[in-house]
Amino acid sequence: MMSESKTRIFSLGDSALTVEFGSSISTGLNKRAIALSDFFRQNPFPGFVESVPAYASTTIFFDIWTVRKSFPEFSSAFDAVKHLADQAIDSKSRPKAESNPSIEIPFHFDAKSALDLDFVAKHAGISTRDVIEIFTNVTYRVFMLGFLPGFSYMGEVDERIATPRKDSPRLCVPKGSIAIAGKQAGIYSLESPGGWQILGRTDVEMFKPDQASPSLLKPGDKIRFVTKLSD
Amino acid sequence: MSILIQKPGILTTIQDLGRYKYRRFGINPGGAMDHAAVRLINILLGNQENEAVIEMHFPAPQILFYADTAAAIGGGDFDTRLDDKSVENWRSFRVKKGSILKFDKKSSGNRSYLAVRGGFETDRWLDSSSTNLAAKMGGFNGRKLEDGDRIDLRQFPQHYTQPASAKIAPSIIPQYAAFPTVRIIRGAEYCLLSEHGRDLLCNQNFLISKYSDRMGFRLTGKPVMTSKKCELISSAVSFGTIQALPDGQLTVLMADHQTAGGYPRIGHIISRDLPLIAQLGTNDKVAFHMVNHEEAENLALEFERELNILKASVSLNIVVSQKNSP
Repeated sequence: MMSESKTRIFSLGDSALTVEFGSSISTGLNKRAIALSDFFRQNPFPGFVESVPAYASTTIFFDIWTVRKSFPEFSSAFDAVKHLADQAIDSKSRPKAESNPSIEIPFHFDAKSALDLDFVAKHAGISTRDVIEIFTNVTYRVFMLGFLPGFSYMGEVDERIATPRKDSPRLCVPKGSIAIAGKQAGIYSLESPGGWQILGRTDVEMFKPDQASPSLLKPGDKIRFVTKLSD
Repeated sequence: MSILIQKPGILTTIQDLGRYKYRRFGINPGGAMDHAAVRLINILLGNQENEAVIEMHFPAPQILFYADTAAAIGGGDFDTRLDDKSVENWRSFRVKKGSILKFDKKSSGNRSYLAVRGGFETDRWLDSSSTNLAAKMGGFNGRKLEDGDRIDLRQFPQHYTQPASAKIAPSIIPQYAAFPTVRIIRGAEYCLLSEHGRDLLCNQNFLISKYSDRMGFRLTGKPVMTSKKCELISSAVSFGTIQALPDGQLTVLMADHQTAGGYPRIGHIISRDLPLIAQLGTNDKVAFHMVNHEEAENLALEFERELNILKASVSLNIVVSQKNSP
């Protein structure tokens, strides 16, 4: 049994509160964060705006006016939402077994796409082939989305190829770039400045603005990167 | 029924009160920097308070009206002129077809808002008209307004004659200043500040640096945190979150902030005072005053009650005018 870490609830401004299950990157904590976020989306309270899961926390945004009107027995909106969160943590939002099949993301790692492959290989002291081999040999978990619309924070990258961020970020990382930073992996869903080490590029659209679910990936998804045969 | 952008201004975009329920996909709420201004001028015109408006920075646009309508301007004051007549902020005014709206100089504030009765025809994306420049979606083709853009006006659903110029009571208008004291509450990492750091947070004047935009304001002052490196795993942040950067300087997250961050959250600007900081620009100053959570909520509720009174008086006005019209 994994030991329960200490759960903290604190305000994130006067219109939001964060439930923090721990302070490390772990699948267990992330599952709890996603489960709590899903619970509130499926069981919204009056004044609920949205819930946002992160690595090991979920933040609940609310409308002060509606919460205060709907829960007059509490002296503040924060207390009311905290009470709802406490209840949900106790019983209702236990993580369910996740059965998401893994999603395959094909990618190129030619010199034009894999801008930092040589650097990562040198840093790891292995060949570029080995870097790609080690990188594609892992099933990654999407812990959270952020930074850009549809940008996924995934883990975890094999220790042998983990490479810190670049000292000074690139002003323009091409859309679709697949990159690592320490033991995190990510896909640049849009062209953007960025400091992660780029190992390749995918043609798969990660950000789908015209769809009701505007991101291909969601927290909790499992990802496999596969090399394109043409490489 | 449309308007023509004759000169675009430096950063002119369509905004409403923001795009919610999509932060978990990394899509920020965006929306107007100064919500109070948008809500007030929309209510004044009889619009929904979330109706899309044009957010202007200075230099501001020049706009030609191809329709008779009513409009209102709020937020920053850019010395508005309609043809040759000067136009006051916070007062609705009639616009004749063929009139040109100009903004001569920045008298106060840094973001001015233009609302028209009935609102603008916009590109809706994920239930909002706000322009998301990073995603190139929403507002007007997902971009800032340019020379020659023509924006359609929506038909106002009710036909009524409003008094030519209704005005918002000064007591409900935010107390804007170029050097405001803005109230904050503690953030989760406030406890990391030393006694001296806490003192510096609330007892000095911060300068808004030139590295400030709709995403965030970089403040310059005596560092509130010493060089102790503190990076947290990423979690959600919000409009008004005050983060301490590794060099001890502070950043205030604004409307276009990213959805998550990993810097220590020292404090948060209370909702009531967000409009005050939203109107600041480079080289303006700000000071912080700590309040408790209850006070922050009560101040937010107080503003909502005042807005409700304004809404009631505007709709009463509409009913009275309807009865009096032939």
